[in-house]
Amino acid sequence: MHERPRLTPIQINRDLMRSVLETPLVFYVLLLILMGLVGLGVVAATLLVTYGLGVTGLNHPVFWGFFIINFVFWVGISHAGTMISAILRLTAAEWRRPVVRAAEVMTVFSLLTAALFVVLHTGRPWRTLYWAFPYDFVRGIWPDVRSPLVWDPSAIFTYLTGSILFVYAALIPDLALARDKTTGWRRSLYGVLCLGWRGNARQWKLLNATGLLLSALILPVFVSVHSIVSWDFGMSLVPGWHVHIFAPYFVVGAVLSGVAAVIALMAVMRSLFRLHDYIRPEHFDMIGRLLIVVALAWAYFYFIDVVFALLSKEEAEYEVMKLRLSPPYLYLFLLMITCNVFLPVPIWMFRRFRRNIGIMLITSLVVNIGMWLERFLIIVPTLQRRHPDAFAWGDYSASLVEISLVIFSFANVGLLLLLFSKIFPVIPIWEEKEGHIWKREFRIGKLRLPAIVRE
Amino acid sequence: MRQAAEGQEQDTSKPVTSIGRRWGMVVDLDRCTGCQACVVACHAENNIALNLEDVVLQQRAMNWIRIERYWEGEYPNVKARFLPMFCQHCNNAPCEPVCPVYATYHNREGLNVQVYNRCIGTRYCANNCPYHARFFNFWERDLEEEQREYLNPNVTVRTKGIMEKCTFCVQRIRKSEWERRHADEELQDGDVAPACVQACPTDTLVFGNLEDENSRVAKLAENKRHYRVLENLGTDTNVIYLKKVDPHASETAPAHAGAAANSGRNSA
Repeated sequence: MHERPRLTPIQINRDLMRSVLETPLVFYVLLLILMGLVGLGVVAATLLVTYGLGVTGLNHPVFWGFFIINFVFWVGISHAGTMISAILRLTAAEWRRPVVRAAEVMTVFSLLTAALFVVLHTGRPWRTLYWAFPYDFVRGIWPDVRSPLVWDPSAIFTYLTGSILFVYAALIPDLALARDKTTGWRRSLYGVLCLGWRGNARQWKLLNATGLLLSALILPVFVSVHSIVSWDFGMSLVPGWHVHIFAPYFVVGAVLSGVAAVIALMAVMRSLFRLHDYIRPEHFDMIGRLLIVVALAWAYFYFIDVVFALLSKEEAEYEVMKLRLSPPYLYLFLLMITCNVFLPVPIWMFRRFRRNIGIMLITSLVVNIGMWLERFLIIVPTLQRRHPDAFAWGDYSASLVEISLVIFSFANVGLLLLLFSKIFPVIPIWEEKEGHIWKREFRIGKLRLPAIVRE
Repeated sequence: MRQAAEGQEQDTSKPVTSIGRRWGMVVDLDRCTGCQACVVACHAENNIALNLEDVVLQQRAMNWIRIERYWEGEYPNVKARFLPMFCQHCNNAPCEPVCPVYATYHNREGLNVQVYNRCIGTRYCANNCPYHARFFNFWERDLEEEQREYLNPNVTVRTKGIMEKCTFCVQRIRKSEWERRHADEELQDGDVAPACVQACPTDTLVFGNLEDENSRVAKLAENKRHYRVLENLGTDTNVIYLKKVDPHASETAPAHAGAAANSGRNSA
């Protein structure tokens, strides 16, 4: 905000519509790579559906594996959207403007990917869908509302619906702009999608009200979604999962991975679409500060989790934690804690590093590796040691099918984001302009003080 | 049985057994020799997939009933202790409330029932079962024509993606019921014997109606050696174990095997 260069509205239009109107070579290269990886995932999913869950590494004690880890991971990533846009919109943080849409869209796509993994997890997707859509009420067998697996889809679909509305409402003025800038079928498409937006005062007023209302409404959902995902574990009888702090712990972890993912996304967008004037080091600086707090909060929860398991003298939980803290999981644990706290937090402490986009990109990717490992360490070792006296203890190693599907999930979100950026402006043009209109400079003596003026 | 329940103050969670029937089993560990006849009988009766070498190596072997073996003592005074383990048909079953589609639920006879047609394969129940009594069909069964000959026609052959577990041979319960009903009689104690009970050469396993105070199983359940595995979890099982009588108990270390599930936890 403070370093915002002077740009005319025409320039803004040109810069931010560029990704939609022009197609550079790198777009096609990326498209091919991502589609190849998605194709790999489709092959893996076909194998899974054809031969059953035998093709995974899942086995008798370890019934949940990479699919559920990936599910939790992507739901976690999806938290960034609301974190960035709703909270920052409500608190009128000016620096949010260029990143809100990318974050919201990432929310939608990562939620869709997460939902896909639930379906894949059951191994017979048609059965799951057959039960869920439409639900077979005729026979009088209702879903068991005691099951966290009923709460979970309810929460996720609420969140998905809210996020789609959120993205769409904020997209309308830009769609109108795109309608005016394009010709042919694209013009008709945007014309339909922008719902007759003409930019009069009443429409703007409604749009602002919608933005605020949706922000306020989606905030409780944002907290509840990952709480409920954590209850998939917390409500079980499995030692190491049956932990009271799981809900806030998962929410904080989700915010950590999600916000880090937004940083990565911003860095990629900035170089891919040449948005240096819009996504500026100051934005990375701001998010870096936020991440310090979130990472430390996450570390606190993790510490509590470990300490309670070790000191409570509950034999079963102790056994699980002992496994998590002994080789080979010890190495993963050390890697995770390094990736999540010990490496990035000291780096983020320095303003110089926070403003270095390369370093921020790397730390954000490192944090997400750490958060993926965190979910792995919660799910897999715990299932290996359920109840110390009994019975089947086992190991788990993921199969190629599972690994391919994990790669697929990343490629899938990437591909969807890439296609989105081709069809819609990834930076909210009207919000950017709005920021410019409100920007003022005050002179106090020789000092020029930038400020934001609101009505 | 009753006494045990009162001791835990779990009477409020007692299931609705409106027909005065709650199937249960008593396992007298003092009689068990670990011969595995019950395991074989169960496989034959219930069309359980064969545990071929590759399946075992994948840790996906299916045994609705299995003999857990515990070694006790230092060489040369080594003892093997056996604990037959199968679905405990908990009155307060951890597997039931986590199923989103009611594929597993409690019926009026105290049985924990698995409905194969409803199962969508979330595998949450198997995660939540502390007894590891639930088994998932990771592969589709590849049955050849002559192999179909030895299938039990009264039991479903499960497809891939389905959870399965001990049913207390519900098909045998139904058969006995029908036979008695045709003769216009009430079901008698000892009418029903699941395959494992029938096969047990040492009379370790006793099956019957725990609600009926005169049944053999209810009387045995009140034996002072009775305990339930992982009782501290509050699952309120319908399977009662009778502790092994150890004549040298005072000379050796605390009792092991399944009893450790309770005593080990408390002393820890």
